[in-house]
Amino acid sequence: MSEGLFGIHGMALALRAQRMGVLTSNIANAGTPGYKAKDIDFAAALKARTEGKSEASAIGGATLYRVPVMPSLDGNTVEISTEQTAFADNAVGYSATLSFIRGRVETVTRAIKGE
Amino acid sequence: MGNSLNRNPMTLFEVAGRAMSAQLVRMNASASNLANAGTVSASEEEAYRPVRPVFAQQLDARTGLSTVRVSGLIRENAAPLRTHNPDHPLADANGDVWAAPVDENAEMIEMLESSRQYQNVVEAMQTAKQLMLETMRMK
Repeated sequence: MSEGLFGIHGMALALRAQRMGVLTSNIANAGTPGYKAKDIDFAAALKARTEGKSEASAIGGATLYRVPVMPSLDGNTVEISTEQTAFADNAVGYSATLSFIRGRVETVTRAIKGE
Repeated sequence: MGNSLNRNPMTLFEVAGRAMSAQLVRMNASASNLANAGTVSASEEEAYRPVRPVFAQQLDARTGLSTVRVSGLIRENAAPLRTHNPDHPLADANGDVWAAPVDENAEMIEMLESSRQYQNVVEAMQTAKQLMLETMRMK
């Protein structure tokens, strides 16, 4: 029902939330030796999700290790500029998806009320 | 890495909170080192050696989130500085005292780096919180 009402946006919001968690983990581990930064390829995950895969398998298939621009000596691959840019990008995407959902809810509410 | 204390799936706030605690441990260690800079001892063994926390990743396999834990505190293996000072009350038979091998500049850098990483986590948490609240209120 919710997928019928919100279309792709329900899945997209869940994936955006998951990606936000992964990016926060990267930022949190900026000082952990040997930590390998990860990221979710959002487009690939959403594609897998629309093809009918479960959320877990879509995320699992689209989660990749980040290739650092400049590897550090302690084996940590977090580059804070990259992570913060990705985080901002994801936050904007999350907001956009949220507006689409809100618009849909408003439309349906108006239809129900018959205004 | 399993966590016996917490059976619930890890949340984003837990990730941020634990990362902040870990950075605080690091700042405390650095502050201890700075406080002990210049202290002298009677022998090489007794001299203060800088402490340094070791961070490790703590992964929650159910959610894919990973936070930070302090896996241990190590004493740095730096050689205390021997200075000849026969008038010092702690001086040994040769008239030497042993000063703590604290590099003040390195400690200041450590402190700065730690506080910047702390700030980054706080910022990420604030944005995430804002988005969660917006989702909840739908406005």
